[in-house]
Amino acid sequence: MKPAGVPAFNSHGVWAIFRFEMARFKRTLAQSLVAPVITTSLYFVVFGAAIGSRMAGVEGVPYGAFIVPGLIMLSLFTASLSNASFGIYFPKFTGTIYEILSAPVSPSEIVLAYVGAAAVKSIVLGLIILATAGLFVPIQILHPLWMIAFLLLTTITFSLFGFIIGIWAKGFEQLQFIPMLIITPLTFLGGAFYSIDMLPPTWRTVSLFNPVVYLISGFRWSFYGSADVGVGVSLAATLGFFLACLAGVVWIFKTGYRLKN
Amino acid sequence: MPPIISIAGLTKTYASGFRALNNINLDIRPGEIFALLGPNGAGKTTLISIVCGIVTASAGTVLADGLDIRRDYRATRSRIGLVPQELTTDAFETVKATVTFSRGLFGRAPDPQHIEKVLRDLSLWDKRDNRIMTLSGGMKRRVMIAKALAHEPDILFLDEPTAGVDVELRRDMWQLVRGLRDRGVTIILTTHYIDEAEEMADRIGVISKGELIVVEEKTTLMKKLGKKQLILHLQEAMPAIPSGLVDWTLALKAGGTELEYSFDANTEHTGVPALLRRISDLGIGFKDINTRQSSLEDIFVSLVHQPKSTQPMQERA
Repeated sequence: MKPAGVPAFNSHGVWAIFRFEMARFKRTLAQSLVAPVITTSLYFVVFGAAIGSRMAGVEGVPYGAFIVPGLIMLSLFTASLSNASFGIYFPKFTGTIYEILSAPVSPSEIVLAYVGAAAVKSIVLGLIILATAGLFVPIQILHPLWMIAFLLLTTITFSLFGFIIGIWAKGFEQLQFIPMLIITPLTFLGGAFYSIDMLPPTWRTVSLFNPVVYLISGFRWSFYGSADVGVGVSLAATLGFFLACLAGVVWIFKTGYRLKN
Repeated sequence: MPPIISIAGLTKTYASGFRALNNINLDIRPGEIFALLGPNGAGKTTLISIVCGIVTASAGTVLADGLDIRRDYRATRSRIGLVPQELTTDAFETVKATVTFSRGLFGRAPDPQHIEKVLRDLSLWDKRDNRIMTLSGGMKRRVMIAKALAHEPDILFLDEPTAGVDVELRRDMWQLVRGLRDRGVTIILTTHYIDEAEEMADRIGVISKGELIVVEEKTTLMKKLGKKQLILHLQEAMPAIPSGLVDWTLALKAGGTELEYSFDANTEHTGVPALLRRISDLGIGFKDINTRQSSLEDIFVSLVHQPKSTQPMQERA
């Protein structure tokens, strides 16, 4: 018997979680928005103006402008991870998760709400950083649609990844562990500030094992039309990472891993 | 009337190997107040958590109004409200925002009038714009109840609703629960305050070490298992029970000035008239006499501490 009067999609529930997360964003506007913008501005002052002015351009792009896509990506990774992981970890920490678990919301609706809110917040941040960068250096975007596609795909992927970390983490240290110890180094070594063509051949080969290289390369291509690896490869790698994170989330809800005991 | 909640063969073994529930069978009738009584760690919260979807059962089924809580979770959960034992609330949200959130989460369209009614019923309306973290413990407890009522559930679980609340709030809470029952809401509450169960419940289930050891109408339970005491206030203190009274189970209390006789109130021959005759024959004078029915507390303690073989058979509702 199919119960009557119960919609197949709990839109009110998704909207409630989404709004709750956005309210948290508003309350912590300073730390979620102002801090990254200041950090990024510092990068431009140091790498763009101070050091960049003494450097030749990379692949015909002035150095200050060259680092813009990488900097946006760095902020997107960090913001998506921390927004999504904190969003789901905090209810677990305080115990308010009981309400989510006892509500008529499906796992996909929970993910949609939390990951959606984290992604929206990160995209807002990414666009603000792009606008800030535009104040310091001339920026051109050759392929705006691809730029948006890479932006969306990367943000959603890292928000999913953050959601997994938030579920996995048993304490605030673990919440910081992956972003600090894995993502930041991979981003710095992933060509955020240089083209991997500038590296010696051995290190270039090593770099190709770094997934972040593909994300940054594709994103930078959408700006300046030059890339470390083919844009098709970038897209495939980004999609692959997205599917891997999606599979992780599906597995968590299938097994109840660290959500229900 | 078919049961509103039907639990069959419910078993929960945690990953640690601890068996919290063992083959629980229980039917809850629509519109009743059912009290689940048991010592700490008996499995009360686990049972509630399974019905509400927070814990996954190892075996067994739970039906809410005939619908499986796992397969038809959208339908069942939208009708169930839960007030958990722990005071777990968001700190930075306002009272009104968090109650509005709960309504949406449970799939109901916004209804500011209903939210206002719930907040007024719980004396929270004046605090609606306060952040939750600024409220007292008792007020936070009210907020949790308001959250559970925001989506107008017709089945309400209250896990230790009055643990650690003051007398006044406890009375308010009882009042509220009765009001909800009058509106047709089925209420399942857990408690380890026996007077609470005695005061509130229509039926009582006693759970101990993961097993339901008795389910009974409160009045029947008290009648069936209740002992009565006859107390004679003696004119003169007695050093020991006279040998002529060995046929009765007697105890001397209050420094020998009270003679207490315990008897089963439900048998034909209570032994009271014979005892009184014998006392008169022995010339023992008494100035007053009274009887006392054992409380639910006495019954509960005797149930939980009885060896298993002598426990009364579990009954299905």
